[in-house]
Amino acid sequence: MNKIPPKLKELLDLFSLLSTEQERIDFLISYSDKFKENLESVAQLTEENNVPFCESGVYVWAKQQPDKTLKFYFAVQNPQGISAKALTAILDQTISGEKPEVIVNIPDDLVYKIFGQSLSMGKNMGLSGIVQMVKRKAKGYLKVQV
Amino acid sequence: MSEIKERGYSNPDVLVTTEWVANHLNDKSIRIVESNEDQLLYSTGHIPGAVHVDWTKDLNDQIRRDYLDKKGFESLMSRIGATTGTTVVFYGDKNNWWACYAYWVFQLFGHKNAKIMDGGRIKWEKEGRELTRDVPIFTKTAYTSPERNDTKVRAFRDQVLEHVKKRLPLVDVRSPQEYSGERLHMPEYPNEGALRGGHIPGAKNIPWAKAVNPEDGTFKPASELKKLYQEENDLRPGDNIIAYCRIGERSSHTWFVLTNLLGYKNVRNYDGSWTEWGNLVGAPIEK
Repeated sequence: MNKIPPKLKELLDLFSLLSTEQERIDFLISYSDKFKENLESVAQLTEENNVPFCESGVYVWAKQQPDKTLKFYFAVQNPQGISAKALTAILDQTISGEKPEVIVNIPDDLVYKIFGQSLSMGKNMGLSGIVQMVKRKAKGYLKVQV
Repeated sequence: MSEIKERGYSNPDVLVTTEWVANHLNDKSIRIVESNEDQLLYSTGHIPGAVHVDWTKDLNDQIRRDYLDKKGFESLMSRIGATTGTTVVFYGDKNNWWACYAYWVFQLFGHKNAKIMDGGRIKWEKEGRELTRDVPIFTKTAYTSPERNDTKVRAFRDQVLEHVKKRLPLVDVRSPQEYSGERLHMPEYPNEGALRGGHIPGAKNIPWAKAVNPEDGTFKPASELKKLYQEENDLRPGDNIIAYCRIGERSSHTWFVLTNLLGYKNVRNYDGSWTEWGNLVGAPIEK
């Protein structure tokens, strides 16, 4: 069994304590409020970094730090993409700064764990695309290390 | 953008401006309804007095893949404090994509007093108009709805198959990548809920968003819409047309444009759309 990245695990434990849908919504909005667009370089808004299926125009890129951890950057072009902002803020807070071999263990059902089972298929596809992009970037760095 | 009445629409009264809405916030005969693609958006702030109608929870049957029934619609209208005489004004994100979807579902129950706020949420925000997180509570009403009538504005799988056989016009309003089937096969990403990619044979690809001005989300004037649908794609007002997308939400936007803004009389929305067609054993597909 792969280990969920520790900070992400802590956050998921917090989510599991939420008892109502409104609590979940409020919690997610508090994360979307924390979202800070990191447009370090407009040149990173490339097709390669663009998340397919996501309707909010999300871009994901990463830079490896001297200690081999990854710093992730996110751009959300749709100002009304609150769910995308919430998810990227969560990912930034919980997996940015981890090593690739830890990041690839993000659970595949993360989106449902965070947003709940009532998420529509289209929304799930878009948000899962963000998670898959993060994992794919981490896998890319793992291959380089090998 | 020009005044709505100057844009040459067949039914200009179906649209209202943001200013009109701002001037009717306390009008008891109006109910403002926000419907979004992003389920969190309403809770971050909405037009004062606006109620939230969530398409997954409020407009769909929670067991079968279908819309709510008469009882469910009556319950929804009761919750939002609407009567048959209430004018419902829809608005939302994504250039009113989900607002048009909600509008279309309301037409299945014959609620004709319905309008769309031109430009939707993005225009309201760009104009710096007030948003609130206060959720209004309305006194429940007794709303009596007719049975849902799917015949006029909704198309089903077998009807689409017949439509294809007769070579009648179909409009695929998805992106060119979805239309071609290219997007379904991208590695390491979830598929689009369909086993096969491509489009229904004979369908023309007219992405839904071509009907709106990207800068403020307002609908393009009739002259530009006619150029798009009639001149460039040969869809005529008297044609029997079926529109579809992935689950029928984007195509309800195109249905709204063709029916209400250009006055087409026989347009139906195939809400089964690609998530049904792309999984249907033996269904003809073109790439």
